[in-house]
Amino acid sequence: MNSEMAVCANALSKFYQDKKALDSLSFEIEMGSLFGFIGPDGAGKTSLFRILNSLLIPDGGTASILGFDTVKDYKQIRRIIGYMPGRFSLYQDLTVEENLKFFAGIFKTTIKENYHLIEDIYRHIEPFKNRKAGKLSGGMKQKLALSCALIHKPEVLILDEPTTGVDAVSRGEFWEMLQKLKTQNITILVSTPYMDEASLCDEVALMQEGKIMQRATPERIIEAFNETLWSVQSDKMFELLSHLSSFPEIRLVYRSGDHICFIPRKQSVEEKNLLAYLENLGHQSVKLKQIKPTIEDSFIYQMQTQN
Amino acid sequence: MKGFVVKEFLHIFRDHRTMLILFGMPIAQVLLFGFAITNEINHASIAVFDKARDSKSLELQQKLTASGYFDINMQLENTKSIEKAFQSGKVKEIVVIPPQFEKTLELGQPTTIQLINDASDPNTANLISSYTSAILMDFAASINPQANSLPVTTETTMLYNPELKGVFMFVPGTITILLMLVSAMMTSISIAREKEMGTMEVLLISPLKPYQIILGKVLPYVVFSFVNAMVILILAYSIFEMPVNGSLLLLLAESLLFILMALAMGLFISTVSNSQQTAMLLSMFALMLPTILLSGFVFPVENMPLALQWLSHLMPSKWFIIIVKSIMLKGLGIAYLWQETLIILLMAFIFIILSIKKFEVRLKLK
Amino acid sequence: MKPVIEVENLVKKFGNFVANDSLTFSVFPGEIFGFLGANGAGKTTTIKILCGLSAPTSGKVSVAGYDVYRHSELIKKNIGYMSQKFSLYEDLSITENFQFYGGIYGLSRNEIRERTKALLNRLDFLKAQNEVLRNIPQGWKQKLAFSVAVMHQPKVVFLDEPTGGVDPITRRQFWELIYEQAHNGTTIFVTTHYMDEAEYCGRVSIMVDGKIEALDSPEKLKNQFAVNSMNDVFVKLARAAK
Repeated sequence: MNSEMAVCANALSKFYQDKKALDSLSFEIEMGSLFGFIGPDGAGKTSLFRILNSLLIPDGGTASILGFDTVKDYKQIRRIIGYMPGRFSLYQDLTVEENLKFFAGIFKTTIKENYHLIEDIYRHIEPFKNRKAGKLSGGMKQKLALSCALIHKPEVLILDEPTTGVDAVSRGEFWEMLQKLKTQNITILVSTPYMDEASLCDEVALMQEGKIMQRATPERIIEAFNETLWSVQSDKMFELLSHLSSFPEIRLVYRSGDHICFIPRKQSVEEKNLLAYLENLGHQSVKLKQIKPTIEDSFIYQMQTQN
Repeated sequence: MKGFVVKEFLHIFRDHRTMLILFGMPIAQVLLFGFAITNEINHASIAVFDKARDSKSLELQQKLTASGYFDINMQLENTKSIEKAFQSGKVKEIVVIPPQFEKTLELGQPTTIQLINDASDPNTANLISSYTSAILMDFAASINPQANSLPVTTETTMLYNPELKGVFMFVPGTITILLMLVSAMMTSISIAREKEMGTMEVLLISPLKPYQIILGKVLPYVVFSFVNAMVILILAYSIFEMPVNGSLLLLLAESLLFILMALAMGLFISTVSNSQQTAMLLSMFALMLPTILLSGFVFPVENMPLALQWLSHLMPSKWFIIIVKSIMLKGLGIAYLWQETLIILLMAFIFIILSIKKFEVRLKLK
Repeated sequence: MKPVIEVENLVKKFGNFVANDSLTFSVFPGEIFGFLGANGAGKTTTIKILCGLSAPTSGKVSVAGYDVYRHSELIKKNIGYMSQKFSLYEDLSITENFQFYGGIYGLSRNEIRERTKALLNRLDFLKAQNEVLRNIPQGWKQKLAFSVAVMHQPKVVFLDEPTGGVDPITRRQFWELIYEQAHNGTTIFVTTHYMDEAEYCGRVSIMVDGKIEALDSPEKLKNQFAVNSMNDVFVKLARAAK
């Protein structure tokens, strides 16, 4: 086992009845890294996190955090990790301050002792410290939950979909906070179904159906996208999709917001041919251009090619 | 640990529903049971079997009717007609005056008047018999006011329900039900709530040990249940003049033991239920109904079919009712009650072991 | 073209708190309209009013041609609703779910049978029609929930964060269904705070602190604020308010 690694997983598997939630996952995460597990609901992110934080026992394989085995040494693990479950899991009938005090208390510490750690985050919600947690807005709830998960100065922070149900502004703030926490030398594992958040991590693992499809830095994932990606718009967007998918040179076509993306079979596409084809079908003011792929495009491509 | 208990108290104080169940219910129940049961009697039909037929016995009969509580509807001739009188349903009590009543009294010798009651309706039976006794005592005192000891004693026989469940039964019963409800149901629900809200996950992840989580959950309810028991006792004592003939200390100690047992049951329920709803239903059906139906609170155990009688032995509440009744009414001490106490102790022990064993340090997912 | 949703100076107050501050907008048949806003901006309040569940404090609001003050019951008949949280009954089969919801809207047995068949055929899901919902993958459930929401052929369908947490391919299939429905004339009213969902809408409005601060097509909004994504548009507007 490599002692430099914060998290090691070796062939982790988990079944629920006959359904496979995790399919022999192996990975290592470096100390001090902000690591994202990106994937849709049901990809196995929550099961993985619950195994890592010792709440679940894997059906196969082993995992360790800072060298502690998640099954054998669960007591030590529970001391060194901070965990924020997917559902908002604070006491809604307690105030902000009471919640924080309580969680400090059960870890035998005080708010004062580790205030420096949570200061940046807690500052945002301190004006509301006498408000009941249930009455906070989504963004503030997440900040409080993060404060509570941090109050005992964990070495590894495990955040299960912290930004689900939170608006774009609060999400942005939340990610900024995670970036700051990294400087405190805390290893952060975070999961999210939102592909656009991947670029905010040091490294990501793209997950689908209990497997890791790809693991790399966000930049590397986009670099590794070996195809060209094109964007098309026309005055008849509804018909455009089906017309494009029957164009023989196109391998994969899908809508992406207000335009339609496609990946050609070869490295490029004969623009003239395509434009003529579309014009023939009655499309006007057709805009065709090559665009830069995003992590989501890469995810789609990998999902398609691996099936 | 301290923080945990503080948090638990906050939960309770913040939730109006819980507060209402904790404090409104005991008061409401005691008053409800109390007033429903202690109703006045008025012109109750009784029969007299006068074996003496002398002036004193007639005087006594007059005194009974003059009180306004009783109407003498039947004069009985022989012992056989006693049974018939009751079966006709026309009389609720039969007063048997011994032969040579007047003579015995004149000689200054003690004599005994027998009261036979239809105790199939225990509350009324007990009321009537105590009213009659009071009139008889009054009568006896008027014959010889100087005497130190009254020349007439009464001997009461309760037919059909010899143990007489009824008046004053409601206090032991109510204490038992409420302690069961508060202790078992409230703890089981509060633990299930943590599971439902997802906070249990965070608690499990913390360095808290299972026993700390359990203790933190349970302690506030021990306090509340105990306060509850006191409230009921005070109410019973002040409003319904329920006596505490035995040791109050023993009564409180036994209550504490029963609370612990009920809490252990609640814990056990919470380990097998994942939502507040399941916890609630389980407590209702597994605890409340048997407590009410099988403990002898509503229906006398002696009158149940044998199978149910056996089943009632498994009800901790049955033993606790016996204990409370014995201490409060009969004034018995621990020397007489150690068996019942031991049974509850054993049950508490079993449930504590079971729930600690079943308490998961991990999540159990299907 | 006559708008399907017409809102003029809509105000909703709770005591002194103004949840909706003089909103004015129209949504047209077949349009996909994105209704965006931060947590607590007042979106939910507006939706409740539009669905006929709550009356406005003042202002003119009509949905599907009916006035919200007087005809809220008629409005409910002419709209459909679907959210990520609202799901079908897990212990019923697909057909049973369709039957149940069809029955709620007063469709006849024949109508229910035919529409269920048509909708399932469109989803290529006919072979699984007797499958209990519990055994169906999440992405499929959302497509089914959408189909149920449009089964009674409402004039407007309200979608509340319809594709959160779904994998990117299923999400796109889902949006294809929405486009198809809109193409056939149904108005789609989407609320979400995921800006990537906003990119799929024809026009979007952005609500900040009870007011609509911007309303246009995603492309024009991006140009107007000189940014690359709806996320940035949103953050610019919402941050400016703080």
